[in-house]
Amino acid sequence: MDVILFLVFAIIAVVCAVNVVVQTHPISSAISLIGVMGSLAVLYLLLGAEFLAMAQIIVYAGAVMVLFVFVIMLLNAGSEAKRGRSLAAQLLGFPLLIAFLALASYFIQRFYPGNTPVHFGAFKGGTAQIIGRALFTQYLLPFEVTSILILIAIVGAVVLARKEI
Amino acid sequence: MSGPPLNWYLILSAVLFALGVAGFLFRKSIITIFMSIELMLNAVNLSFVAFSYQLKQVNGHVFAFFVMVVAAAEAAVGLAIILTVFKNRETLNVDQVNSMKY
Repeated sequence: MDVILFLVFAIIAVVCAVNVVVQTHPISSAISLIGVMGSLAVLYLLLGAEFLAMAQIIVYAGAVMVLFVFVIMLLNAGSEAKRGRSLAAQLLGFPLLIAFLALASYFIQRFYPGNTPVHFGAFKGGTAQIIGRALFTQYLLPFEVTSILILIAIVGAVVLARKEI
Repeated sequence: MSGPPLNWYLILSAVLFALGVAGFLFRKSIITIFMSIELMLNAVNLSFVAFSYQLKQVNGHVFAFFVMVVAAAEAAVGLAIILTVFKNRETLNVDQVNSMKY
């Protein structure tokens, strides 16, 4: 069951990621990216990261992608113009991509032989309670620095989006 | 009933990261380049969570959480910059935004 769920959502994630790269219209890319993020949230759940799965849905698929879609529609972004690629790129690009991915997979298998099967529910450390405790004790300083970072980002976004610039 | 090996998660993460790099390098629209960056950040988050499962520690989740926060802040500032660039230059093509290049 775990294998089936992993394969289904991994394939959805890869297909949507390919779609992000090959679509010419930004809206299509954005919708495909939402698909990637949703399937990654399911994979997080399979790995026992409940809090991160919900945060992924709310923060990424909710807030960030809505921001992207807003900007795309605000700017009325059209399709990218097709560019002619060289003959070598057309012929060699796809086989080289497959070769590169196969090589990367081989090296991961070779140097990280962690063949422990992943069971759903075997790791119970991903609840909001445990992550919150880690955030507010061990990682308190990075957490506070993050809040300052977000404050700077808000001020920066407001300054950049003013009329006068 | 056995689950998928942890390697599969890492390989999926590598594939997603490679696709993000490809989008970053090949696309010309600045918005799509930005979305490729988000894709790469998501791929790295997946391997953080996978290692966190393997080591049975919560630290990877905390790192992934920080990455998420930084990505949200980066998206806000980056999209504001895109808006400003479009207001000044009327284009989203990165080939035409080159005044710092020469």
